Amino acid sequence: MYDTQDDKTETQFLPLDGWHRAHGGRMVEFAGYWMPIQYEGIIAEHLWVRENAGLFDVSHMGQLQISGEGAAEALEALLTTDIKTLEHGKIRYALMLNEAGGALDDLMVTNRGIYYYLVVNGATKWDDIAHLRQHLPDHITLNHLEDRALLALQGPKAVAALAQLGLVPAKPGGPELGDMNFMEAAPFKWGKVPLGISRSGYTGEDGVEISVRGEDVVALADALCALPEVKPIGLGARDSLRLEAGLPLYGHDLDAGVDPIQAGLGFAVPKRRRAEGGFPGAARVQASIANGPPSKRVGLMIEGRMPAREGALIFDGDTQVGKLTSGGFSPSLQAPIAMGYVAPEHAAPGTPLEIDVRGRRLPASVVGLPFVPHRYKRKGV
Amino acid sequence: MTRYYTIEHEWIEVDGTTATVGITDHAQHQLGDIVFVEVPAAGTTLTKGGQAAVVESVKAASDVYAPVSGVVSESNAALEADPALVNSAPEGDGWFFKLTLTNAAELEGLMDKAAYDAWVKTL
Repeated sequence: MYDTQDDKTETQFLPLDGWHRAHGGRMVEFAGYWMPIQYEGIIAEHLWVRENAGLFDVSHMGQLQISGEGAAEALEALLTTDIKTLEHGKIRYALMLNEAGGALDDLMVTNRGIYYYLVVNGATKWDDIAHLRQHLPDHITLNHLEDRALLALQGPKAVAALAQLGLVPAKPGGPELGDMNFMEAAPFKWGKVPLGISRSGYTGEDGVEISVRGEDVVALADALCALPEVKPIGLGARDSLRLEAGLPLYGHDLDAGVDPIQAGLGFAVPKRRRAEGGFPGAARVQASIANGPPSKRVGLMIEGRMPAREGALIFDGDTQVGKLTSGGFSPSLQAPIAMGYVAPEHAAPGTPLEIDVRGRRLPASVVGLPFVPHRYKRKGV
Repeated sequence: MTRYYTIEHEWIEVDGTTATVGITDHAQHQLGDIVFVEVPAAGTTLTKGGQAAVVESVKAASDVYAPVSGVVSESNAALEADPALVNSAPEGDGWFFKLTLTNAAELEGLMDKAAYDAWVKTL
């Protein structure tokens, strides 16, 4: 999460850079951009999102359009999820795997009717684009929407807050904001400003992600933060929120050495894709399903108050059985929590384990994920 | 009593051969919300520049080094229940530990408050 870029290119500025600084954001280098790590403090921001609505700038992420005859089939040849049955206005989570079945990235795919809209991780977007360009057929067009910003508005008051701006569906008969369910998307107009809205996020809360032209993003951020229930939130709270929600962070809880089944992301490989294969690494995924994966991603609740961090080793007695991939202090639970990979025989909830932190063994137990229940708006709820 | 400051953003208040050590307001501000402090137990021998304590913020763990050599006489038990004291009162109730100096000459070369404040402004 706090990695700085390791290539030589200069750190880039996002469209909201000056806005963040004017709002007291403490800027750090992340994924090649200057981004706000916090404003008033990670714990206060974190708790604000769980109770109200928080505005996150995630414009570092890659927004891609994929179009052309047979785009669904072409994407299925590279991604794990079922694209052919993905209806217009629906979103699915997918993994892009290498030939060995390891995750190159995790991403969201939306069927926008005349094209597919992908949101990929900021730190991996250039590699993703290169991979897609290399493997997609020539007649499929990939358009990197570099002039777009991406905001996430998250929290129980997020959708009601956004509705106050008076958005209207961009197309007659399009859904109202309040009627959209989790993992649904639609275009809207805010006055003359086009907004691509997805009911999705990375906090475990209800909320939306908003694709907006870079030239309009300052006005939108100002309008949202003028509402008393909305505050800007930094990357620090984004990380603690997603950890509580049990969501993997690419490059940490998920990487090129891990297959979807190991990572507990079997839902990203639906039944038909498991049976038919037809994507890179399918053989490993099928073997992992048939024989069980070599290790599993689990949640760990740690006794006491001392946090354990990424890289800490997990023990059963004297035997090392795994390693943490994320860890920190949960503001909601007021306790240290972590995720890591352990051998399958130690992955059942309730299993007692120990985590080594600076030579001290912290007692921990395996728990089901998420740590804090998701509060997405599901159909019929 | 004299209070000294280090370039590692610790303060050290000396009263005879006893010194109280903590981190500065600038340091706590940089670290953000502090959720755990691991302080050395009484009787621990510290060497100047060696690791003395660990401060855990929400996002990361940071080492605190011994500004001078000595033997720990007391650590701040209040930090166990309320580590946020380091945020709210870094140069008061949020102190880390007290030690008995074994080499008072090491105090020479540390900054006074005016020098530290002036230096922090350049960061």
